[in-house]
Amino acid sequence: MSTRVEYHQLDAVVVGGGGSGLAAAVYLARQPGIRAGVISKLYPTRSHTGTAQGGVGAALGNCDPEGDSWEWHMFDTVKGSDYLADQDAVEILCKEAIDVVYELEHMGLPFSRTPDGRIAQRRFGGHAVNFGEKPSRRACYAADRTGHMILQTLYQQCVKHNVEFYDEYQVVDLLVEGNRCNGVVAIEIETGTLHVFHAKAVLFATGGWGRMFEITSNAVTLTGDAPALIWRCGLPLEDMEFFQIHPTGIYKLGILITEGVRGEGGVLRNSEGERFMERYAPTMKDLASRDVVSRAIYLEVKEGRGVDGRACVNLDATHLGRDVIEEKLPDIADFCRTYIGVDPAVDPMPVQPTAHYAMGGLPTDADGRHLADADGTIVDGLYASGECACVSVHGANRLGTNSLLDLIVFGRRAGLHMGAYARGADFGEIPADAADRAIEQLERIREGKGERAAVIRDEMRAVMTDHVSVFREEPGLEKAVEKIKELRERFLTVKVDDKSERFNLDVLEAFELGCLLDCAYSTATAARNRTESRGAHYREDCPKRDDGEWLKHTFQHLRGNDVEFSYKPVTITRFEPKERVY
Amino acid sequence: MRVRFEIKRYDPEVDEAPRFQTYEVELEETDRVLDGLNEIRWRQDGTLTFRRSCEHGICGSDAMRINGRNRLACKTLIREVGDRVRVEPILGFPVVRDLAVDQRRFFRNYRSVLPFLINEDPAPARERLQSTEDRERFDDTTKCILCAACTTACPSAWGDEAFVGPAAIVQAHRFIFDSRDQGAGERLARLTARSGVWGCRTVFNCTMACPRDIQVTKAIAEVKRAAIIGGR
Repeated sequence: MSTRVEYHQLDAVVVGGGGSGLAAAVYLARQPGIRAGVISKLYPTRSHTGTAQGGVGAALGNCDPEGDSWEWHMFDTVKGSDYLADQDAVEILCKEAIDVVYELEHMGLPFSRTPDGRIAQRRFGGHAVNFGEKPSRRACYAADRTGHMILQTLYQQCVKHNVEFYDEYQVVDLLVEGNRCNGVVAIEIETGTLHVFHAKAVLFATGGWGRMFEITSNAVTLTGDAPALIWRCGLPLEDMEFFQIHPTGIYKLGILITEGVRGEGGVLRNSEGERFMERYAPTMKDLASRDVVSRAIYLEVKEGRGVDGRACVNLDATHLGRDVIEEKLPDIADFCRTYIGVDPAVDPMPVQPTAHYAMGGLPTDADGRHLADADGTIVDGLYASGECACVSVHGANRLGTNSLLDLIVFGRRAGLHMGAYARGADFGEIPADAADRAIEQLERIREGKGERAAVIRDEMRAVMTDHVSVFREEPGLEKAVEKIKELRERFLTVKVDDKSERFNLDVLEAFELGCLLDCAYSTATAARNRTESRGAHYREDCPKRDDGEWLKHTFQHLRGNDVEFSYKPVTITRFEPKERVY
Repeated sequence: MRVRFEIKRYDPEVDEAPRFQTYEVELEETDRVLDGLNEIRWRQDGTLTFRRSCEHGICGSDAMRINGRNRLACKTLIREVGDRVRVEPILGFPVVRDLAVDQRRFFRNYRSVLPFLINEDPAPARERLQSTEDRERFDDTTKCILCAACTTACPSAWGDEAFVGPAAIVQAHRFIFDSRDQGAGERLARLTARSGVWGCRTVFNCTMACPRDIQVTKAIAEVKRAAIIGGR
């Protein structure tokens, strides 16, 4: 193991080069006198934001005769969240949406256009006109490559503003002293050298952790590094029980088929050819929110109406015609042809729910500042935004198009706040041995004599899929918690083949498995703890929402190997909780 | 089916010369070449090094030479390559380790064409208008994922390190033909230098290599024409 350690001092460090990290970086770069750097374990253009397809939500009102309003968007988001989202934060999200989408256009984002040259908008699940009346066209899109265009555009702006990048540096530790963050420790993947980044402000924007499930839309690199590091430092995670399983992944592969297919008029059909969503959601039908549609698909399969006896249903877009598919959904058509030999203009696409998005994560306020507890104490200099953060604007279930929006709105706010904070703050103290804990951890992985990471990972993914997915109940969750405990124990002696220093992905993948195990532990324990059903968290043994007991956010601290729970009230401003019908 | 992988291995700090190593993996014909590489690293030999991320052809991490052609490993199915697969790093950049190459020059070239919208007019309160025809004009080149498959398939780029390469020209095209952009003049000035667009000998390897089916050679020709006669 390398003991070479290099030292850097920057005002602000952004960890993660996806949409939210780059948005923060752009707004940091626009502030004079702030030296900021982006640390990313991938080249930033490889980040998973690039795979987002359908659109970014904003009430521009370009495409519906009724127009649109941020209040309708806010209502839909709150309802979609099953009333767990904090409404003050949702208000910010939906108001600023309009501004950030125009700003993205000004930065050069090549949105698809309406015949009169405005940003084109399409329908998406859970988005409606006039407080739930009928589906609304709110998703601003660039064909089915919206995320790709956002990622490219923000990276271009970073190039324009000369943002400092540390590409292929993976953060393996953070430096927290009391209630203050003083930097991070990263490994330079190419050389194995460790780097201490001493900073006044650190933003985590590392994305999700869908890799703890077997079928997922998430990249191999989405391993929950930030939540794991945060948790190990004694800081809390929020609402980890809420993990979105997207209704339409390509059967067996999990590759996402955008909700935009249904937004353009595609419908789900069971083995009998029935458009079954009409039974589950009479008004919104196939455009009900994702948790509702995923549960419906599971039930259809369970009741024997899976297509060809398999665990999938059909997503039928054949009636849209080849022109619409090639113009508005070209990448989807390409994925289907490439991976399953299906031409969606001719045949329906076999789909099954796929683990997609973490609603929970690092608790923050609306400026991205990290919370130390459920009372709202701030950790100075520590920020989070994007999927890894929990503001909370998504509550128990996120609406489609609101993730890209969240990335930009809260990435921007965090970037602006960090700059202002860094201007007024001094550097904190960091110890001379700041890198030692990271060195020790990596060394332990390198010297392990137990099992390969892949063996442990497979068992984790199986138990999470079997017991902590769309339907959950006490005995299964208990089994999952015990299994994850056992796997965390076995992980302590995980074995790698590669002992070298340069580009050692064997060690880093094992490190990432450790992070995933912490995310799985947090998710399973939180799911067992919440004895109600809300949004994406559905308990067969407690199928009703219980606002009396559970209209509150879960906070979890890791104490040794035990999990300590506390709770934060939900902020309700405009919309009182009511029954959720689509 | 049993698939035999012959993979070019090289750690320039340790090995005197590259060598081929053979692995056998049990795969379905609908599996990806990347699934085979993952199986090898996860269960047979953790020292095998390659980049990967999204696994479905969007992130651009895993461009490599598969049976002699530049492909994305995640977008190449076993049924296309059969039961013997030869995998090598893309050509023209220094090997960092095994299938991972040093991409610094690639991204430097990308930066050299000013890959961002240039428009000095004050922004309107709402979106700038753009007709669907104007939007269509540069649609093809917006698809680029910067995987480097085109540039590392280009004999001109192999032969001349100074040549900016097809990917950078594709990026320039994306802005030169965007009706909202005002930076065409400066970009074209850079691209008519010796290292620029005239390095292209119209071999079409780039178009063949592009995993996003971008008409790369056509885009380069359009930039050449703009350089001579100006205008979009």
